[in-house]
This record gives sequence, structure tokens and C-alpha cells, in this order.
Amino acid sequence: MRLKLQIWRQPGPDSAGRLVDYELADVSPDMSFLEMLDVLNEGLIEKGEEPVAFDHDCREGICGTCGMFINGQAHGPRARTTTCQLHMRSFRDGDTIRIEPWRARAFPVIRDLVVDRSPFDRIIQSGGFISVNTGSAPEANITPVPKDVAELAMDAAECIGCGACVAQCPNGAAQLFTAAKVSHLNVLPQGRAERDRRVLAMVRAMEESFGSCTNYAECEAVCPKGISIDFIARMNRDFLKAALTEGEGGSR
Amino acid sequence: MTLDAKIPAGPIEQKWEKHRFDLKLVNPANKRKFSILVVGSGLAGGAASATLAELGYDVKCFCYQDSPRRAHSIAAQGGINAAKNYQNDGDSIRRLFYDTVKGGDFRSREGNVYRLAQVSVEIIDQCVAQGVPFAREYGGHLANRSFGGAQVSRTFYARGQTGQQLLLGAYQALSRQIARGKVKMYPRTEMLDLVVHEGRARGIVVRDLVTGEVRSETGDAVVLATGGYSNVFFLSTNAKGCNTTAIWRAHRRGALFANPCYTQIHPTCIPVSGDYQSKLTLMSESLRNDGRIWVPDDAGDERKPGDIPAEDRDYYLERKYPAFGNLVPRDIASRAAKEVCDAGRGVGPGGRGVYLDFADAIRRLGRKAIEERYGNLFEMYERITDENPYEVPMRIYPAPHYTMGGLWVDYNLMSNVPGLYVVGEANFSDHGANRLGASALMQGLADGYFVLPYTIGDYLARHMGEGPLPTDHAAFGQVEEEVRERVRRLLTIDGSRTVDSFHRELGQICWDKCGMSRDRESLREALRILPELRERYWAEVKVGGDGEELNQSLERAGRVADFLELAELMCLDALDREESCGTHFRTEYQTPEGEALRRDDEYAYVAAWEHGGESEDPVLHKETLDFENVALSQRSYK
Repeated sequence: MRLKLQIWRQPGPDSAGRLVDYELADVSPDMSFLEMLDVLNEGLIEKGEEPVAFDHDCREGICGTCGMFINGQAHGPRARTTTCQLHMRSFRDGDTIRIEPWRARAFPVIRDLVVDRSPFDRIIQSGGFISVNTGSAPEANITPVPKDVAELAMDAAECIGCGACVAQCPNGAAQLFTAAKVSHLNVLPQGRAERDRRVLAMVRAMEESFGSCTNYAECEAVCPKGISIDFIARMNRDFLKAALTEGEGGSR
Repeated sequence: MTLDAKIPAGPIEQKWEKHRFDLKLVNPANKRKFSILVVGSGLAGGAASATLAELGYDVKCFCYQDSPRRAHSIAAQGGINAAKNYQNDGDSIRRLFYDTVKGGDFRSREGNVYRLAQVSVEIIDQCVAQGVPFAREYGGHLANRSFGGAQVSRTFYARGQTGQQLLLGAYQALSRQIARGKVKMYPRTEMLDLVVHEGRARGIVVRDLVTGEVRSETGDAVVLATGGYSNVFFLSTNAKGCNTTAIWRAHRRGALFANPCYTQIHPTCIPVSGDYQSKLTLMSESLRNDGRIWVPDDAGDERKPGDIPAEDRDYYLERKYPAFGNLVPRDIASRAAKEVCDAGRGVGPGGRGVYLDFADAIRRLGRKAIEERYGNLFEMYERITDENPYEVPMRIYPAPHYTMGGLWVDYNLMSNVPGLYVVGEANFSDHGANRLGASALMQGLADGYFVLPYTIGDYLARHMGEGPLPTDHAAFGQVEEEVRERVRRLLTIDGSRTVDSFHRELGQICWDKCGMSRDRESLREALRILPELRERYWAEVKVGGDGEELNQSLERAGRVADFLELAELMCLDALDREESCGTHFRTEYQTPEGEALRRDDEYAYVAAWEHGGESEDPVLHKETLDFENVALSQRSYK
């Protein structure tokens, strides 16, 4: 395959960026998208040009490190697929592919396609955990967890924190990411004790960095793990209940 | 140098309990006076950081990723072992201990392995309390599956993403401590050297990967939790960033490197598809519970798999190992696959593949049941290969996956450099010459949650009141200068070949000469060409860019330079160990049936290598392995 690439190049956080055109021949349809970029970069280094910086690590769709806008879509054209799991057979010979970093106010560009997603970590730090010190856990089977509840928690817990949801959202909102973690922990019996405090703290931390949700549902459409926006409804309900009884010493 | 593993005396069941009582304690008010540096944020590093902070220590945690949640533990699919015996099928701490020692082909320490089996049950309790959504039965109790190398069901799992869920549990515990101010987290920060002063580990030198700043960090103890070195083979199932730099630099500063030749080749990975291949993808070993492995009886059988009738198929694992069948340990399954492919019976491009077939399981259980168990794995396979495994058998081939070798540590997980601890895959401690499936997660969390937090206090208590070495001390200045000089050198070579092209060449040499099987000639050949490759690297590599910015080519350049040195030690160790054991298969040493032939009289020891400096050869130190609880025997899975 022969491809034309338009790639966002930006030397640093404070410099201006622009789209730069590249051409690539002999692309195999069995290559992954990132392997195609590897080939481009090898060529650039050999020519003494700056390679394109992009984040990646596991290359098997689970670490959540990679992520780029491909033809205007987070992680590209294939549903439920991270950038690293996208293969060139999803494109056609002669295609022009535009590659940009995540576009979100909360995720400033560090260099080229690399962005800073640390606001996600701050949301988890605000309450995305169950407070249990090592050693103080009861025997694991002492609290049965109904199978459907465990499955529901797992559906939410599959989030890989890649940030596609935020990047695709016209408002740059992080509702899907936050709701996934709130729901994972709030539906489990182990997470009940901190349910109210957790949702209040996490929503507030989220609002410090991210935009508001207006139900576009773009997040769900691009989520590589297929996380459902039902979790956002669940989080909103938990938040409302918690906010109404805040300060009354209810469940927290 | 004498190696003292510090295994406590007494019956094996009581060693750990007795040891915990004998360890010195640091009182709660004094813990906050100590600062501990933890490098790596995977299961071992994340769990250790969180737990040490809960205890009251001040912790600094470093990772090269943009967030601690991304460490490669996240990619583990199948599960975590624990001796809960929930299935009432005869499991016990002693059986997990026995299976692990046997699975490791009698090249691990009994004392360590027994402790691992003991704390395995606490790990599950802890993870459930953290909210890890393990698979459940309808009654709400925890579900188990079976795994290679065991005849009981003791593996706990969360769909095909067990590593992810356990890592997120540790990450969440870590995040809680970051919010409390007890852990200071440094993402996108890579350790480039260890600072040893007057024989003790006093700190590290790191590089900020965004700004390029090289700086010193000081602490009362240093914990390395930086994973394994499978990427020495270039193509492996490890994440692209996984590297040996932290442990290799520590080795150069005096820490012994143990059993570097024990590298695990995982039997069920997606085969290589082309020269551009950047990594290999694992398909969980749990697939072997229901999938049947076979190749055509005859070499050159070009028929489609569906057209080959049962009588023309060789289910070679079931044929050779009727007791364990498709569930033999990884080393045996991998070698058997290589053997049939070497005989020309492999399938797919280049004949480097065997079938993993679910047709019988789908007939027996229905497609829905298979989808529930392995849906995400099937999807992943289809994305990569464009083939539908519900309809055609998967093609799999072994790939480098895990390294049992690592820095030598004693029972306390401390290296021979006082103050330097090594946990998780980065150490060599528990798996001997072969690791059983679902035991890496167990060891990482055992080290991080339940072993290191006890043992490190003993060392710290002995250095009460001394305080960390100031970073303006000459010991830091000198190492910092050496690190800067190395970065400068890499940037100024400005040769003609990229870092990756050298890494690929290195990987090919290691795979050909020191891969699934090794022999004297191939290893001698490797030891002849590796130094030449290293020399060419330092003369011809082209890195580009500069050091004061995000420069991913430079990051890789430093890592590959260290892999080049490690590869030599790996081959030397493989040459020196004139026996076959576990994953280390020397073709000269095999039984008439082609199984690994151990030579216990001469080689029942840990090979711990001391760095020889720039010009001297490495020095071998031996830690003799004593087996008092498990009788040494030829492994049999028939």
C-alpha cells in the first residue's frame, strides 16, 4: 500500500504546531498502525529528521498508553479498537490519513502526538479506591458478590484510561472515565462504605479539569473497551443522592 | 564473596513466621523519618509503594510511563494462583509449594517458594477487599480455573484481564497514598543509575523524560521493581518500554545477577507476520484448558485445517503427555511446538506455527460458553490476524515472555548490596528454571504487599538516625556526571543505523543462539559476535535530537546499550550451565525421550554473576540449593 500522511508536529507545549505531509510506500496491510509509524520514524531518523513522538507501550490494547486522532476519530475507524490494535487493512491503497493528538483542553500537548493525561490520575487520587490497608482484609469469600454484580463491576472496571472519551467529546468532558471508576467501586459491597464520599469527591475533582457532559454519547462510540454511558446515569444518580444528604452523616 | 541466602532455620512451615518475629521493627513514630525510593509501579512496585506508605514511610515512586497505572503487569491475562482450595480438589499450601518447585525444575529455593504459597491466600483476600472484580459463581463465591503445570483449579481470574484488574487495585491503593502525601509519584521518569556509597545503596540518578533533566534522588533504601528483560530478544510479549536498565546498572554497581539464562518462552503467542513486526502478542495460556493443540501428521500437508480428518492430525501434547495433555508446563509445550515445526510439520507462513483448535470445545460446550470464557482473546486474535477463531483454528507459536533470572536477593529480598531491594520479576527468587502460569502475579503481589514491607524494616532499624546521604555529596555528583556523559556520547555518535535496527539484530542473535534450545557451539558463536555488535553499536548508531527534550530515540538507545551487555552475560550463563533444566534446554543434555536432563550433582545451584568491570570477565558465585522437603526427581507430566 502507498499512503499519504498528514501528521501534527509540535516541538513542545508552548510552541505552535502544524500538519506536515509525509508519503509512505510499501505499507503491508498486516502491519499495525503503530508499526506503520515505526517505519516512518526509522526513515526520518536515517534522513536526520526528527521522528514523530507518540505514546505507546504494551501494543496489545490494554495499557491505555497509545491514542491518536485518526481522520478525526479517536483511535481510528474500527470500533472497540485501540490505536495499537488497528491494522492497516482497515485502510485502502492511496488513502490520505490525518493523524493528530488527543484534542482536549485538559490534555495539553507535550510533543507531537504525546499529551499530558495527568488529570485522570488526580480524579482517581480524589477517591477512586477502597480504603483498605494491606493486611486488614477479611477472608475473600466472606462476602458473596452476586455474579451479575461482579460482571457489572467488571464491565466498568475494563476502562484502560486512554482518554479517547475526553478527546472525542465536543465538551472535553470526562464523565465516562469517572463514571466507570465510580460505578466499578460503588456497585460492589466492598465499596459501599465510601460510596457517597467517593462520588462527591471524584465528580468535583473531574469538574476542576474537564468540561461538562451534555449527552452527545461520542465517548461511548469511541471507547475501545465499549464502556456504556449507562454508567454515567448511574454516577449522576449516586451523586444526586450523596449531594442531597451531604453533611448529614449518611453512608460515606 | 560468600552468598548467604539467610533462609531461617526450622521446619519449612514455620520459617516465615519465625523470621517475622526475629526481624527488627521500626516504631510508628520513626517510620516517617525514613524515605524509600521505589523504581517501577507494576504489581510489585505499586503494591510495595502503597503498603510502605500505609505503614508510615515516606515513599518516592518512579515510572517511565505517563501514569503508574500503565506498568506492564497490566497485560497479564490468565490469572493468579492461590492455595485457597475453594474447589475442594486437594489443593493446599504444600501442593502449591510442591507444584512450583517441580514446575521450576528444582532450581528454586524451597524457603522462598513455601513463603510464596503461604502468602498467596492473603493476596486474594486483599485484592477482593480492594474491589478487584474476580469472576464469581452464581452463589456469589469466587470462581477458579485450571492452569498449566497443575492438576487442581487454583487460579483466580477477572475475564482475560486479571493483570489489569490486580494492577488497578494496586494503583488505586497507591493513588490513595499519593493523595495523603505519603507517596510522591514521578511518572515519565527513568532510573539511569544506582548510587552506592561505602558499600550501601544510597540513591539513584534519574532522567526526566519530558525535560531531559538528569538529577539525583536520595533515600534510606532503594527498591527496584522494574520487571524482566525479555526485550533482549527484541520480539517478545513485553511492552515496548520494558527494559533491563535499572537492574543492569545496579549490576554494574555491584549487585549480583542470578541465572540470566532462565528465560521463559511462552507457548501460545500469535506467530510473526512480517519484518516490520514490533512485538508479539500473547494468547492466554488459559486457552489450553479448552483448546486442543495439533499439527498435521505429515510434513507438507497443504490442506486447510478443516479438511484434515482426525486420523491425519497429531495432537502431540495429548499423545506424549497423557496425564497433563495440553496443560503441560510452558517450557515443555514450547519445546514440543518447536520440535514439530523443526520437523517440517508447522503450519502457516514459514511453517512456524501450530493449531490451537476450539472446534471440539465449541461442539461440547456451545459457542456462547466459549465466548464467555475467552471472548476478548478471540477478538484480539481476530483483530491481529484477520481470521475468526470460532471458525478456523488459531495459529500459535512460542515467544519470549518472562525472565526467571534477575538480580540475586536473599530471603529478605535484599541484593548483596545493602539497602538495595529487588522485587517482582526483576529478582530471581521464586520460579527456578521455569515459571508456572498465573504465578507471576502471585509473586509480584506477594513481594510488594506481604514480604518487603516486613523485611525492609529490619534493615532500616539498623540505620536509625543516620539519615539519607545529601544529593550534593560527591558520590551523587560523580554518578550524575557519568550518566550525563553517556547521554552525550549516545547523541554525538551520529552514525548511520537506527537504534531499532541494532535491537532487531541483537534479538535475532539471542533468539537463534540462546532461545528455546541452546548448545555449546551456538553459545560460543554468540559470545564471539555479541561484543562485535556492541562495538559497532557505539560506533554506528544514529540517535538524533538532543538530550534536553522528550527524545524517544534516546530513551531506546540507552536501553539497547544495556541489553547488548546483558545478552553476553545471558549467553555466558547458558554456556556455563552444562545441563538442561526447565526453560534452559541444552541440546547436549537430554533424556532418550528428548526431555530436559538435569545434572543435580554438579548444577543444583544458583549462578550469581559479579560484574567484572570494563575489562575483566564476570565472576561466578554459587549458591547451593538444598532440597529437604521435595525430593529431587526427573519431572514427569506423562
